[in-house]
Amino acid sequence: MKPTRPSSGPSLAGFRPQLERIERRLFLKQGLSLGALTMLSGCTLKDDDAVDRVLWAMSRWNDRVQTALFNPERLAPTYSDAEVTTPFPFNAYYEEPLAPVIDETSYRLHVSGLVADKAPWSVESLRALPQTAQITRLVCVEGWSAVGKWAGVPLRSFLERIGADVTAKYVGFQCADKYWTSIDMPSALHAQTLLVLDFPGGSKYGAPVRIRLPTKLGFKNPKFVTEIFVTNDYPGGYWEKMGYNWFSGV
Amino acid sequence: MVEGALKQPKGKIVHPLFVRVTHWINAFAAIAMLMSGLRIYNAAPLYEFRFPPEVTLGGWLAGALAWHFAAMWLLALNGLAYLAYGVFSGHFLRKMFNFGAMAAYRNIRLEMKRLLFHGTGEYNLVQRVLYVIVICDLFLLFLTGLAMWKPVQLQELTAFFGGYDQARHVHFLGMTILAMFIVVHVSVALAIKGTITSMITGRLPTTPQDERPTRK
Repeated sequence: MKPTRPSSGPSLAGFRPQLERIERRLFLKQGLSLGALTMLSGCTLKDDDAVDRVLWAMSRWNDRVQTALFNPERLAPTYSDAEVTTPFPFNAYYEEPLAPVIDETSYRLHVSGLVADKAPWSVESLRALPQTAQITRLVCVEGWSAVGKWAGVPLRSFLERIGADVTAKYVGFQCADKYWTSIDMPSALHAQTLLVLDFPGGSKYGAPVRIRLPTKLGFKNPKFVTEIFVTNDYPGGYWEKMGYNWFSGV
Repeated sequence: MVEGALKQPKGKIVHPLFVRVTHWINAFAAIAMLMSGLRIYNAAPLYEFRFPPEVTLGGWLAGALAWHFAAMWLLALNGLAYLAYGVFSGHFLRKMFNFGAMAAYRNIRLEMKRLLFHGTGEYNLVQRVLYVIVICDLFLLFLTGLAMWKPVQLQELTAFFGGYDQARHVHFLGMTILAMFIVVHVSVALAIKGTITSMITGRLPTTPQDERPTRK
Protein backbone atom coordinates (compact mmCIF):
# COMPACT_ATOMS: atom_id res chain seq x y z
CA MET A 1 0.00 0.00 0.00
CA LYS A 2 1.42 3.34 -1.00
CA PRO A 3 1.58 6.04 1.58
CA THR A 4 -0.25 9.14 0.53
CA ARG A 5 0.43 12.72 1.24
CA PRO A 6 -0.86 13.66 4.67
CA SER A 7 -4.07 15.55 3.91
CA SER A 8 -4.25 18.38 6.35
CA GLY A 9 -2.51 19.18 9.58
CA PRO A 10 -1.31 15.83 10.89
CA SER A 11 -1.33 17.00 14.32
CA LEU A 12 0.93 18.85 16.57
CA ALA A 13 -2.41 19.93 17.94
CA GLY A 14 -2.76 17.26 20.59
CA PHE A 15 -0.29 18.84 22.92
CA ARG A 16 -0.96 22.44 22.11
CA PRO A 17 -3.44 23.32 24.85
CA GLN A 18 -1.20 21.73 27.40
CA LEU A 19 1.73 23.61 26.01
CA GLU A 20 -0.11 26.87 26.19
CA ARG A 21 -1.05 26.23 29.80
CA ILE A 22 2.49 25.30 30.66
CA GLU A 23 3.82 28.35 28.99
CA ARG A 24 1.46 30.74 30.74
CA ARG A 25 1.93 29.10 34.08
CA LEU A 26 5.65 29.35 33.70
CA PHE A 27 5.58 32.98 32.77
CA LEU A 28 3.40 33.75 35.74
CA LYS A 29 5.26 31.54 38.17
CA GLN A 30 8.67 32.88 37.36
CA GLY A 31 7.36 36.38 37.20
CA LEU A 32 9.15 36.92 33.95
CA SER A 33 6.89 39.89 33.47
CA LEU A 34 6.23 38.97 29.92
CA GLY A 35 2.89 40.69 29.93
CA ALA A 36 3.93 42.60 26.88
CA LEU A 37 5.24 39.44 25.31
CA THR A 38 2.00 37.53 25.75
CA MET A 39 0.16 40.51 24.32
CA LEU A 40 2.44 40.40 21.33
CA SER A 41 2.11 36.69 20.80
CA GLY A 42 -1.28 36.12 22.37
CA CYS A 43 -3.17 36.41 19.14
CA THR A 44 -1.56 33.24 17.85
CA LEU A 45 -0.90 31.36 21.06
CA LYS A 46 -4.60 31.29 21.85
CA ASP A 47 -5.43 29.74 18.51
CA ASP A 48 -4.07 26.21 18.37
CA ASP A 49 -4.66 25.82 14.67
CA ALA A 50 -2.87 29.00 13.77
CA VAL A 51 0.22 28.04 15.77
CA ASP A 52 0.13 24.63 14.17
CA ARG A 53 -0.12 26.07 10.70
CA VAL A 54 2.81 28.38 11.34
CA LEU A 55 4.97 25.53 12.64
CA TRP A 56 4.11 23.32 9.66
CA ALA A 57 4.73 26.16 7.21
CA MET A 58 8.10 26.83 8.82
CA SER A 59 8.98 23.14 8.56
CA ARG A 60 8.19 23.20 4.81
CA TRP A 61 10.29 26.36 4.53
CA ASN A 62 13.12 24.53 6.30
CA ASP A 63 12.77 21.72 3.75
CA ARG A 64 13.40 24.24 1.01
CA VAL A 65 16.35 25.84 2.77
CA GLN A 66 17.91 22.43 3.39
CA THR A 67 17.34 21.40 -0.22
CA ALA A 68 19.26 24.52 -1.25
CA LEU A 69 21.98 23.89 1.35
CA PHE A 70 22.46 20.29 0.21
CA ASN A 71 25.60 19.91 -1.83
CA PRO A 72 25.52 16.59 -3.74
CA GLU A 73 29.32 16.57 -3.99
CA ARG A 74 29.80 17.05 -0.24
CA LEU A 75 30.92 13.84 1.44
CA ALA A 76 30.19 13.04 5.07
CA PRO A 77 33.32 12.61 7.22
CA THR A 78 34.46 9.00 7.51
CA TYR A 79 36.01 7.27 10.48
CA SER A 80 38.38 4.41 11.26
CA ASP A 81 37.35 0.92 12.41
CA ALA A 82 38.60 1.82 15.89
CA GLU A 83 36.10 4.67 16.12
CA VAL A 84 33.04 2.49 15.51
CA THR A 85 30.53 2.69 18.38
CA THR A 86 29.99 -0.69 20.04
CA PRO A 87 27.43 -1.76 20.84
CA PHE A 88 25.61 0.28 18.25
CA PRO A 89 22.46 1.76 19.83
CA PHE A 90 19.17 0.22 18.75
CA ASN A 91 16.47 2.73 17.88
CA ALA A 92 13.02 2.33 16.35
CA TYR A 93 9.45 3.33 17.09
CA TYR A 94 9.11 0.04 18.99
CA GLU A 95 11.21 -1.83 21.53
CA GLU A 96 14.05 -4.05 20.43
CA PRO A 97 12.33 -7.45 20.94
CA LEU A 98 9.61 -6.39 18.50
CA ALA A 99 12.01 -5.98 15.59
CA PRO A 100 10.90 -8.23 12.71
CA VAL A 101 12.90 -11.27 11.78
CA ILE A 102 12.97 -11.84 8.03
CA ASP A 103 13.82 -15.09 6.31
CA GLU A 104 16.56 -14.16 3.85
CA THR A 105 15.90 -16.96 1.42
CA SER A 106 12.27 -16.06 0.76
CA TYR A 107 12.86 -12.28 1.07
CA ARG A 108 12.28 -10.14 -2.02
CA LEU A 109 12.96 -6.43 -2.46
CA HIS A 110 10.19 -4.97 -4.61
CA VAL A 111 10.63 -1.93 -6.82
CA SER A 112 7.79 0.18 -8.14
CA GLY A 113 6.76 3.56 -9.45
CA LEU A 114 8.83 5.35 -12.08
CA VAL A 115 11.21 2.47 -12.81
CA ALA A 116 11.73 0.52 -16.05
CA ASP A 117 12.41 -2.92 -14.55
CA LYS A 118 10.01 -3.86 -11.76
CA ALA A 119 11.38 -7.36 -11.19
CA PRO A 120 11.89 -8.11 -7.47
CA TRP A 121 15.35 -8.72 -6.04
CA SER A 122 16.59 -11.53 -3.82
CA VAL A 123 19.39 -10.95 -1.30
CA GLU A 124 21.60 -13.13 -3.47
CA SER A 125 21.00 -11.01 -6.56
CA LEU A 126 21.67 -7.82 -4.56
CA ARG A 127 24.96 -9.30 -3.33
CA ALA A 128 25.94 -9.96 -6.92
CA LEU A 129 26.01 -6.19 -7.57
CA PRO A 130 29.21 -4.19 -6.92
CA GLN A 131 29.56 -3.53 -3.19
CA THR A 132 31.07 -0.71 -1.18
CA ALA A 133 31.56 0.03 2.54
CA GLN A 134 31.60 3.13 4.70
CA ILE A 135 32.22 4.10 8.32
CA THR A 136 30.16 7.19 9.05
CA ARG A 137 28.33 8.91 11.86
CA LEU A 138 24.62 8.35 12.28
CA VAL A 139 23.03 11.41 13.89
CA CYS A 140 19.69 10.78 15.56
CA VAL A 141 16.95 13.41 15.68
CA GLU A 142 17.04 12.90 19.46
CA GLY A 143 20.53 14.38 19.59
CA TRP A 144 22.74 11.35 20.16
CA SER A 145 25.07 10.04 17.49
CA ALA A 146 27.03 6.87 16.83
CA VAL A 147 29.66 5.75 14.35
CA GLY A 148 28.88 2.59 12.41
CA LYS A 149 30.16 0.54 9.53
CA TRP A 150 27.78 -0.28 6.71
CA ALA A 151 28.34 -2.15 3.45
CA GLY A 152 26.21 -2.78 0.41
CA VAL A 153 25.22 -1.42 -2.99
CA PRO A 154 25.36 2.31 -3.70
CA LEU A 155 21.69 3.28 -4.06
CA ARG A 156 22.61 5.30 -7.13
CA SER A 157 23.90 2.31 -9.03
CA PHE A 158 20.88 0.28 -7.91
CA LEU A 159 18.49 2.97 -9.17
CA GLU A 160 20.37 3.12 -12.46
CA ARG A 161 20.25 -0.66 -12.68
CA ILE A 162 16.45 -0.78 -12.37
CA GLY A 163 16.06 2.05 -14.85
CA ALA A 164 14.64 4.52 -12.34
CA ASP A 165 13.63 7.95 -13.55
CA VAL A 166 16.36 9.87 -11.72
CA THR A 167 14.72 13.15 -12.64
CA ALA A 168 11.77 12.20 -10.41
CA LYS A 169 11.46 14.07 -7.12
CA TYR A 170 11.26 11.34 -4.50
CA VAL A 171 12.41 7.86 -3.56
CA GLY A 172 10.17 6.16 -1.02
CA PHE A 173 10.66 3.11 1.17
CA GLN A 174 8.23 0.59 2.66
CA CYS A 175 9.45 -1.61 5.48
CA ALA A 176 8.55 -4.95 7.02
CA ASP A 177 8.03 -3.24 10.40
CA LYS A 178 5.29 -1.02 8.90
CA TYR A 179 7.69 1.90 8.90
CA TRP A 180 7.88 4.09 5.82
CA THR A 181 9.78 7.16 4.79
CA SER A 182 10.99 9.00 1.72
CA ILE A 183 13.92 11.08 0.54
CA ASP A 184 14.65 13.59 -2.20
CA MET A 185 16.26 12.27 -5.39
CA PRO A 186 19.53 14.26 -5.05
CA SER A 187 20.10 12.66 -1.62
CA ALA A 188 19.22 9.23 -3.05
CA LEU A 189 21.89 9.72 -5.73
CA HIS A 190 24.56 10.91 -3.25
CA ALA A 191 27.78 8.87 -3.46
CA GLN A 192 27.49 7.69 0.15
CA THR A 193 23.85 6.63 0.03
CA LEU A 194 23.83 2.86 0.39
CA LEU A 195 21.43 -0.02 0.04
CA VAL A 196 22.93 -1.78 3.04
CA LEU A 197 23.33 -5.56 3.22
CA ASP A 198 25.93 -5.80 6.02
CA PHE A 199 25.83 -3.95 9.31
CA PRO A 200 27.11 -4.59 12.80
CA GLY A 201 24.71 -5.62 15.51
CA GLY A 202 22.84 -8.37 13.73
CA SER A 203 19.47 -8.74 12.03
CA LYS A 204 17.57 -6.47 14.45
CA TYR A 205 19.36 -3.51 12.84
CA GLY A 206 17.38 -3.91 9.67
CA ALA A 207 18.38 -7.10 7.87
CA PRO A 208 18.32 -8.01 5.15
CA VAL A 209 18.11 -4.51 3.58
CA ARG A 210 18.53 -1.11 5.15
CA ILE A 211 19.00 2.30 3.52
CA ARG A 212 21.88 4.32 4.89
CA LEU A 213 22.36 8.05 4.19
CA PRO A 214 25.07 9.77 6.22
CA THR A 215 23.63 13.03 4.85
CA LYS A 216 20.35 12.65 6.76
CA LEU A 217 19.15 12.08 10.32
CA GLY A 218 18.79 8.49 11.54
CA PHE A 219 15.04 8.19 11.05
CA LYS A 220 15.56 8.81 7.32
CA ASN A 221 17.57 5.55 7.23
CA PRO A 222 14.80 2.91 7.00
CA LYS A 223 15.41 -0.67 8.14
CA PHE A 224 13.85 -3.96 6.95
CA VAL A 225 13.11 -2.35 3.58
CA THR A 226 10.77 -4.44 1.42
CA GLU A 227 9.91 -1.96 -1.31
CA ILE A 228 11.59 0.96 -3.01
CA PHE A 229 9.47 3.26 -5.14
CA VAL A 230 10.20 6.29 -7.29
CA THR A 231 7.58 9.00 -7.51
CA ASN A 232 6.82 12.66 -8.09
CA ASP A 233 4.06 12.69 -5.47
CA TYR A 234 5.27 13.63 -2.01
CA PRO A 235 5.20 10.33 -0.08
CA GLY A 236 5.89 11.68 3.45
CA GLY A 237 6.73 9.14 6.11
CA TYR A 238 5.84 7.62 9.46
CA TRP A 239 7.53 10.25 11.63
CA GLU A 240 7.19 13.03 9.09
CA LYS A 241 3.43 12.67 9.23
CA MET A 242 3.54 13.25 12.97
CA GLY A 243 5.49 16.47 12.69
CA TYR A 244 9.17 15.68 12.20
CA ASN A 245 10.83 17.67 9.47
CA TRP A 246 10.74 15.83 6.15
CA PHE A 247 14.10 16.78 4.62
CA SER A 248 16.06 16.29 7.86
CA GLY A 249 19.46 16.67 6.23
CA VAL A 250 22.60 16.97 8.29
CA MET B 1 27.15 63.89 29.33
CA VAL B 2 26.34 61.30 31.98
CA GLU B 3 24.66 63.94 34.07
CA GLY B 4 22.79 65.10 31.05
CA ALA B 5 21.30 61.68 30.67
CA LEU B 6 20.20 61.68 34.28
CA LYS B 7 18.60 65.07 34.04
CA GLN B 8 16.53 64.24 31.01
CA PRO B 9 12.98 65.44 31.43
CA LYS B 10 10.38 62.87 32.43
CA GLY B 11 8.39 61.59 29.54
CA LYS B 12 11.26 61.85 27.11
CA ILE B 13 11.78 58.87 24.81
CA VAL B 14 14.90 57.13 26.11
CA HIS B 15 14.51 53.76 24.39
CA PRO B 16 14.18 54.09 20.60
CA LEU B 17 11.16 52.35 19.10
CA PHE B 18 13.38 50.10 17.00
CA VAL B 19 15.21 48.87 20.09
CA ARG B 20 11.97 48.25 21.98
CA VAL B 21 10.32 46.30 19.17
CA THR B 22 13.38 44.14 18.46
CA HIS B 23 13.85 43.63 22.21
CA TRP B 24 10.42 42.09 22.73
CA ILE B 25 10.57 40.00 19.56
CA ASN B 26 13.97 38.84 20.77
CA ALA B 27 12.57 38.03 24.22
CA PHE B 28 9.79 35.92 22.70
CA ALA B 29 12.05 34.10 20.21
CA ALA B 30 14.91 33.52 22.66
CA ILE B 31 12.62 32.13 25.35
CA ALA B 32 10.81 29.93 22.81
CA MET B 33 14.18 28.60 21.65
CA LEU B 34 15.41 28.13 25.18
CA MET B 35 12.32 26.24 26.36
CA SER B 36 12.01 24.10 23.23
CA GLY B 37 15.74 23.44 23.48
CA LEU B 38 15.28 22.01 26.95
CA ARG B 39 12.67 19.62 25.57
CA ILE B 40 15.03 18.57 22.77
CA TYR B 41 17.74 18.05 25.40
CA ASN B 42 15.40 15.75 27.35
CA ALA B 43 15.12 13.38 24.36
CA ALA B 44 18.76 12.35 24.81
CA PRO B 45 20.24 14.06 27.89
CA LEU B 46 23.91 14.98 27.68
CA TYR B 47 24.27 14.95 31.46
CA GLU B 48 22.79 13.09 34.41
CA PHE B 49 19.59 15.10 34.54
CA ARG B 50 16.50 16.06 32.61
CA PHE B 51 14.48 19.26 32.79
CA PRO B 52 10.98 19.17 34.25
CA PRO B 53 8.38 19.23 31.45
CA GLU B 54 6.88 22.40 32.96
CA VAL B 55 9.81 24.50 31.80
CA THR B 56 9.85 23.05 28.29
CA LEU B 57 8.00 23.99 25.13
CA GLY B 58 6.66 21.77 22.37
CA GLY B 59 5.09 18.91 24.31
CA TRP B 60 7.19 16.22 22.65
CA LEU B 61 10.33 16.02 20.56
CA ALA B 62 8.75 16.78 17.17
CA GLY B 63 6.82 19.73 18.60
CA ALA B 64 9.91 21.07 20.35
CA LEU B 65 11.97 20.75 17.17
CA ALA B 66 9.24 22.51 15.17
CA TRP B 67 9.28 25.40 17.64
CA HIS B 68 13.08 25.48 17.78
CA PHE B 69 13.53 25.59 14.02
CA ALA B 70 10.74 28.12 13.53
CA ALA B 71 11.85 30.50 16.31
CA MET B 72 15.38 30.17 14.94
CA TRP B 73 14.44 32.27 11.92
CA LEU B 74 12.66 34.88 14.00
CA LEU B 75 15.61 35.19 16.36
CA ALA B 76 18.18 35.30 13.57
CA LEU B 77 16.35 37.86 11.41
CA ASN B 78 15.38 40.01 14.36
CA GLY B 79 18.93 39.79 15.72
CA LEU B 80 20.33 40.80 12.36
CA ALA B 81 17.97 43.78 12.20
CA TYR B 82 18.96 44.80 15.74
CA LEU B 83 22.69 44.51 15.02
CA ALA B 84 22.34 46.48 11.79
CA TYR B 85 20.39 49.18 13.62
CA GLY B 86 22.89 49.16 16.50
CA VAL B 87 25.83 49.64 14.19
CA PHE B 88 24.40 52.09 11.66
CA SER B 89 22.29 54.28 13.93
CA GLY B 90 25.13 54.74 16.39
CA HIS B 91 23.05 53.06 19.11
CA PHE B 92 25.92 50.75 20.09
CA LEU B 93 28.39 53.61 20.17
CA ARG B 94 26.12 55.76 22.29
CA LYS B 95 24.92 53.10 24.67
CA MET B 96 27.52 50.37 24.88
CA PHE B 97 30.87 51.55 23.65
CA ASN B 98 30.62 55.14 24.76
CA PHE B 99 34.12 55.39 26.11
CA GLY B 100 33.79 59.15 26.53
CA ALA B 101 31.04 58.58 29.03
CA MET B 102 32.99 55.80 30.64
CA ALA B 103 36.00 58.05 31.04
CA ALA B 104 33.83 60.35 33.08
CA TYR B 105 33.50 57.57 35.63
CA ARG B 106 36.52 58.75 37.57
CA ASN B 107 35.10 58.90 41.01
CA ILE B 108 35.00 55.22 41.90
CA ARG B 109 32.89 55.69 45.00
CA LEU B 110 30.32 57.64 43.11
CA GLU B 111 30.53 55.13 40.29
CA MET B 112 29.69 52.28 42.63
CA LYS B 113 26.51 54.07 43.57
CA ARG B 114 25.73 54.75 39.98
CA LEU B 115 26.43 51.25 38.76
CA LEU B 116 22.91 50.07 39.22
CA PHE B 117 21.03 53.13 38.05
CA HIS B 118 18.18 52.02 35.90
CA GLY B 119 15.22 53.39 34.11
CA THR B 120 17.15 56.35 32.80
CA GLY B 121 17.73 55.02 29.33
CA GLU B 122 21.43 55.18 30.06
CA TYR B 123 23.18 51.81 30.22
CA ASN B 124 25.30 51.48 33.35
CA LEU B 125 28.59 49.63 33.33
CA VAL B 126 27.08 46.32 34.46
CA GLN B 127 24.43 46.54 31.76
CA ARG B 128 27.01 47.28 29.08
CA VAL B 129 29.13 44.29 30.04
CA LEU B 130 26.11 41.95 30.31
CA TYR B 131 24.57 43.05 27.03
CA VAL B 132 27.84 42.61 25.14
CA ILE B 133 28.25 39.18 26.75
CA VAL B 134 24.73 38.06 25.85
CA ILE B 135 25.08 39.24 22.23
CA CYS B 136 28.33 37.24 21.94
CA ASP B 137 26.61 34.31 23.63
CA LEU B 138 23.77 34.37 21.10
CA PHE B 139 26.40 34.25 18.36
CA LEU B 140 27.97 31.23 20.04
CA LEU B 141 24.56 29.54 20.25
CA PHE B 142 23.91 30.34 16.59
CA LEU B 143 27.24 28.89 15.44
CA THR B 144 27.11 25.75 17.60
CA GLY B 145 23.48 25.32 16.56
CA LEU B 146 24.51 25.39 12.91
CA ALA B 147 27.33 22.95 13.67
CA MET B 148 24.82 20.49 15.16
CA TRP B 149 22.19 21.05 12.49
CA LYS B 150 24.56 20.49 9.54
CA PRO B 151 27.53 18.36 10.65
CA VAL B 152 27.98 17.18 7.05
CA GLN B 153 27.20 20.25 4.95
CA LEU B 154 29.01 22.55 7.42
CA GLN B 155 31.53 19.99 8.65
CA GLU B 156 34.36 22.53 8.97
CA LEU B 157 32.28 24.49 11.46
CA THR B 158 31.43 21.29 13.35
CA ALA B 159 35.11 20.34 13.39
CA PHE B 160 35.97 23.81 14.68
CA PHE B 161 33.88 23.11 17.78
CA GLY B 162 35.57 19.74 18.23
CA GLY B 163 33.01 17.58 16.45
CA TYR B 164 29.28 16.93 16.72
CA ASP B 165 29.22 15.77 20.34
CA GLN B 166 31.47 18.58 21.53
CA ALA B 167 29.28 21.13 19.73
CA ARG B 168 26.35 19.83 21.80
CA HIS B 169 28.26 20.57 25.00
CA VAL B 170 29.21 24.07 23.86
CA HIS B 171 25.61 24.72 22.76
CA PHE B 172 24.46 23.65 26.22
CA LEU B 173 27.00 25.96 27.84
CA GLY B 174 25.75 28.82 25.69
CA MET B 175 22.20 28.02 26.78
CA THR B 176 23.28 28.09 30.43
CA ILE B 177 24.86 31.51 30.01
CA LEU B 178 21.70 32.76 28.27
CA ALA B 179 19.48 31.40 31.05
CA MET B 180 21.65 33.05 33.71
CA PHE B 181 21.51 36.32 31.81
CA ILE B 182 17.71 36.14 31.62
CA VAL B 183 17.43 35.52 35.36
CA VAL B 184 19.64 38.51 36.22
CA HIS B 185 18.17 40.77 33.55
CA VAL B 186 14.55 40.02 34.46
CA SER B 187 15.21 40.21 38.22
CA VAL B 188 16.74 43.65 37.92
CA ALA B 189 14.01 44.81 35.54
CA LEU B 190 11.37 43.66 38.03
CA ALA B 191 13.19 45.11 41.02
CA ILE B 192 13.59 48.59 39.61
CA LYS B 193 10.34 50.40 39.14
CA GLY B 194 9.64 51.86 35.75
CA THR B 195 12.21 49.83 33.85
CA ILE B 196 9.73 47.57 32.10
CA THR B 197 7.30 50.40 31.45
CA SER B 198 10.03 52.44 29.82
CA MET B 199 11.03 49.44 27.71
CA ILE B 200 7.44 49.32 26.43
CA THR B 201 6.54 53.00 26.13
CA GLY B 202 10.09 54.17 25.63
CA ARG B 203 9.55 56.92 28.20
CA LEU B 204 11.04 57.60 31.60
CA PRO B 205 8.82 56.77 34.55
CA THR B 206 6.51 59.63 35.57
CA THR B 207 7.22 58.96 39.24
CA PRO B 208 11.00 59.02 39.32
CA GLN B 209 13.09 57.97 42.27
CA ASP B 210 14.14 61.41 43.38
CA GLU B 211 16.60 60.13 45.94
CA ARG B 212 19.05 59.34 43.20
CA PRO B 213 22.51 60.54 44.09
CA THR B 214 23.75 63.19 41.73
CA ARG B 215 27.21 64.40 40.94
CA LYS B 216 26.55 67.81 42.41
